[in-house]
Amino acid sequence: MNIPGGLQLASFLGLLALLTKPMGLHLVRVLDPQGKTRLDGAVKPVERLFYRIFGIDPAKEQDWKRYLGSLLVFSLVGLVLTYFILRLQRLLPLNPQRLGAVRPDLAFNTAASFTTNTNWQNYSGEATLSYFSQAVGLVFHQFASAAVGIAAAAALVRGLARRSAGTIGNFWVDLVRVNLYVLIPMSLALAIFLGSQGVIQNFKPSVAARSVETGEVQSIAQGPAASQTAIKMLGTNGGGFFNANAAHPYENPTPLSNYLQMLAILLIPSGLTYYFGRTVGNPKHGWAVWSAMAMLFLAGVLVCWTAERGGNPRWAELGVSQAAGNMEGKEVQFGAFDSALFASVTTAASCGAVNAMHDSFTPLGGLIPLFNIQLGEVIFGGVGSGLYGMIIFIVLAIFLTGLMTGRTPEYLGKKIEIADVRMSVLAVLIPIFCILGFSAWAVVSRGAAASLSNAGPHGLSEVLYAFSSSAGNNGSAFAGLNGDTTFFNVTLALAMLLGRFLVLIPVLALAGSMARKKVVALSSGGFPVGGPMFTLILIATILIVGALTFLPALALGPVVEHFVMTGSPVLY
Amino acid sequence: MAHKTHSLFDRRILGRAAVDAFRKLDPRRLMRNPVIFVTEIGAAVITLEVFARTGGEAGGFVVQIAFWLWSTVLFANFAEAVAEGRGKAQARELRKTRTDTFASRLRDGGAIERIPASLLRKSDVVVVSAGEVIPADGEVIEGAATVDESAITGESAPVIRESGGDRSAVTGGTRVLSDRITIRVTADPGESFLDRMISLVEGAERRKTPNEIALTILLSAMTVIFLVVIISLKPFGVYSGVPFPMAALVALLVCLIPTTIGGLLNAIGIAGIDRMVQKNVLAMSGRAVEAAGDVDVLLLDKTGTITLGDRQAAAFLPAPGVPVEELAASAQLASLADETPEGRSIVVLAKKYGIRGRSLADIPGASFIPFSARTRMSGVDSDGRRTRKGAPDAIREFIGGDIPPEIEDAVNRVALLGGTPLLVSEGTRVLGVVHLKDIVKGGLRDRFERFRAMGIRTIMITGDNPLTAAAIAREAGVDDFVAEAKPEDKLALIRKEQAAGHLVAMTGDGTNDAPALAQADVGVAMNTGTQAAKEAGNMVDLDSNPTKLVEVVEIGKQMLITRGALTTFSIANDVAKYFAIIPALLVGAFPVIAPLNIMALGSPSSAILSAVIFNALIIVALIPLALRGVRFRPLNAAALLKRNLLIYGLGGLIAPFPGIKLVDLVVNALHLV
Repeated sequence: MNIPGGLQLASFLGLLALLTKPMGLHLVRVLDPQGKTRLDGAVKPVERLFYRIFGIDPAKEQDWKRYLGSLLVFSLVGLVLTYFILRLQRLLPLNPQRLGAVRPDLAFNTAASFTTNTNWQNYSGEATLSYFSQAVGLVFHQFASAAVGIAAAAALVRGLARRSAGTIGNFWVDLVRVNLYVLIPMSLALAIFLGSQGVIQNFKPSVAARSVETGEVQSIAQGPAASQTAIKMLGTNGGGFFNANAAHPYENPTPLSNYLQMLAILLIPSGLTYYFGRTVGNPKHGWAVWSAMAMLFLAGVLVCWTAERGGNPRWAELGVSQAAGNMEGKEVQFGAFDSALFASVTTAASCGAVNAMHDSFTPLGGLIPLFNIQLGEVIFGGVGSGLYGMIIFIVLAIFLTGLMTGRTPEYLGKKIEIADVRMSVLAVLIPIFCILGFSAWAVVSRGAAASLSNAGPHGLSEVLYAFSSSAGNNGSAFAGLNGDTTFFNVTLALAMLLGRFLVLIPVLALAGSMARKKVVALSSGGFPVGGPMFTLILIATILIVGALTFLPALALGPVVEHFVMTGSPVLY
Repeated sequence: MAHKTHSLFDRRILGRAAVDAFRKLDPRRLMRNPVIFVTEIGAAVITLEVFARTGGEAGGFVVQIAFWLWSTVLFANFAEAVAEGRGKAQARELRKTRTDTFASRLRDGGAIERIPASLLRKSDVVVVSAGEVIPADGEVIEGAATVDESAITGESAPVIRESGGDRSAVTGGTRVLSDRITIRVTADPGESFLDRMISLVEGAERRKTPNEIALTILLSAMTVIFLVVIISLKPFGVYSGVPFPMAALVALLVCLIPTTIGGLLNAIGIAGIDRMVQKNVLAMSGRAVEAAGDVDVLLLDKTGTITLGDRQAAAFLPAPGVPVEELAASAQLASLADETPEGRSIVVLAKKYGIRGRSLADIPGASFIPFSARTRMSGVDSDGRRTRKGAPDAIREFIGGDIPPEIEDAVNRVALLGGTPLLVSEGTRVLGVVHLKDIVKGGLRDRFERFRAMGIRTIMITGDNPLTAAAIAREAGVDDFVAEAKPEDKLALIRKEQAAGHLVAMTGDGTNDAPALAQADVGVAMNTGTQAAKEAGNMVDLDSNPTKLVEVVEIGKQMLITRGALTTFSIANDVAKYFAIIPALLVGAFPVIAPLNIMALGSPSSAILSAVIFNALIIVALIPLALRGVRFRPLNAAALLKRNLLIYGLGGLIAPFPGIKLVDLVVNALHLV
């Protein structure tokens, strides 16, 4: 650790904290269909137009089953649409490179990936997809899937805030309003700013350039990067326009753009905690949740940063200077600190954009991004999904420890009953099943072994990372794994779909169950949800569930690798 | 029933429980407890492996793992069996009181026939005379009698049961001591109060409470998670070239799934009901005990709960022209034959006016008229003087004339202050008024203070006027009161509190309490109360002590806390077990990870064995805590949570480290592996 890094980290968290309340307040207004925002003058007519075109009655609310039904139908239509856009891109416009149809398994993987807000990219961005495929087929989902996540979180929050209510909002209204009042205007602003920093935005074909060093002719891709980058970050999507993602100078040219992109990733998830506290009438609770996220985040950053700064002794033995830390797979202008911070941000939130190769991190440095994802993508998490994932953990934490107050556990005055526990454990079980089940299958299946560029513990880490990233809808990768095989395209797509939509079923069921409940009067006998003790309980629950579940697998991967790096004469 | 509480380690109970522990191995029964069921399957799998492999150098290790896995299951069964055994012992004692009796059934024509009590059916009418055992639960429809209910309550003083009013319920198995009563049977054989009590304390009727079901779901989910973890570990091991032996994987699984709470969950629930029984409260279900923990509003009747049921004489208010000494003397005389506490208090008060203490024998030739509930008067006739003391309307009727307006005023004044006025008369002349006053029970203020600390609000309900009610409420330290309440108002009040999100507990005995008892989340009926009240409530207090609501709430909370504490402890334990087992599993293939063995356990085999042994022994170690319940302190939720988290959360995190290390030292010292 060093002083410039420490200052930057402090300023980053400080600025995030400062922006949380205004962001949250804006969300409060947007997620209330009657809410007034400053954008009303310009946007309200557009909103009304949408309702008229699609025949939506904004005053009509849905119960949880209808809400879930609408969400699933919308997502399924988007999934199918994108699949066909990718398959038919040859016939579609904006394809100056004359790129051919995407293979069926890869098209399925990519469509699932973007529909689920994962943005796992088995395709090579600029080399596989036309501008139309990217800008329409994918960017549509970068907005839509982000709005779906926020809508689901809002539905759950409404469930907690309401008493004896049958409905939890209207999915279509949430979808339209989140896009019109949050994602589109903010992306527009961020895209313009990124443009000012040098992120490109055009529809030109690739440019041929002669390399200065070797004299070889290199094809430099072009395209509408700024617009996609903005929503990539704000919507915790993570799918880069270029294959190198935020390590590419056209996508992330300056330290300032880097800083703002990181902030953009956490902005909405962080603001949602304030929205949550405010909506349930207990802003302190919102901040307690924020604090739990921030502390888990900070701990991860510090470990990752320390590990990366420490460098790799094996390289040092070979005479490669480790004075700047482990620089393998890192963009020189970012270095150990900015790479570690970016990696922590992108995996804490389920973004998945990367500005360094996580595969090349030191074992412990790489363990943090992996563990961040495995904890359930709740450290700020994906837009919306982070909050609803966190609320699931809160319900479990309160149920586990709440009995010790001498009362049936209650959360925000609502008794946690059989159905609620059942839904919450399902929501936690599904990603765990996906990660461990698919990974275990992959490491022993013959087809998968060929995809690994590394054997031994690191290969295991790569597989674990791939399925963790998919099931957690993160989308970043330990890039050593070649995921573009039929096996991985299909299994990863399944992990993404299950990790998103199968989890949403119990989440919205919980919303419905909570909304129906009466509220127990708050007295000094109730569970305290607004202070440091609650924050600690929440952190402990998340860590214990995460650690207990994934420690054995992690021990065989990064942990063994770490000890091998530091103390073994044998290389695996 | 409280006559005998069984010590935790009653040898007979333990012996029987040890046998039952084996009987409970039946997988069909264990299936209801998923955590222990999985443990049993694990034990069975390893046992098969013991038999499948002949010899082999690790054979001894596998045998020991199998042994300790079976022990884990047996210890869990044992805990449950001990809890049940305590209930069964109590049930046996109750059964002794259920003797086969004959009943005198009244036939339609008025003739009486002798039939075995077991043939009685609901709405039969029986006659019971002095010395006979009441053959079935019922309601007195004619007559009044003193009844010895010690078989049920353990209280040796006889109680009065009479037709009409709130003291008409009688319980089968109790004995009539005097007089003769006619009873309408209200329960068929096998459904009587005694039968229900026996099956309750025996735990035969025990159904899982909603909270237990929810917790079981969570524990099952954790079991499933760890199953997935362990099953996926095998392929990961294949990939990494680490052949995980079956015994080690099963050992890790059993250590990780929450066996501690899984094994003790049932025992905690049974013990909760049992603790209620120890306090002479019968909870009709485990659910009622849980609800008691959730209660945050207590509705307390003033009379009998906050104030002594008996009022005491506080002042003599003489009629105009009557010296107070004369009133005191006559009042004393008229009260000599009144054995009620009120009557005695008048005699005591009279002494303060210098009236010499007299006894019945001091006045020869006088005929005393004892107090009775029917006449509501007592008195004495001597030398042609008829001195009486009694309720105003009773006296009015007795003297057959009007009462002077000054006396009428005094009567009203006393009533307005919440007191009870009694009139004293001699012949047709009213001498004055005795002011009987409520006496607030001692120690209540502290108890209500404890409630406040727990976040529970106390509301006093009284028929008194607001002024008196306020005075008594202040004196007793309740949070709130409802004055001039009619019995029906209780129901409305409970509904109002519940609508505001509160959970309400109340006690009651009268028939007009029944709707409120049924509406309350916890309704404690007094055993002396009517059948209707007992049916409506979800608990019966055999001692008929309304203040016991305090204990009821504390036991409910204690049970929930015990459950939560052991759950937290169980899960926190896993961290240390990981540090014992994971390095042991991997160190063979990856010697570099040796530093992870932070407990410096002797060998991989001893590490795994020690974790399994610790995991089994901790169940036994916690049985007393599960049965006795964690110590309860009246604190608010945040303070309770903090305290218990420190003890059971942090303690659960830390304790297994030295625990496993200790077991490992023993294992290595004995060269077990």
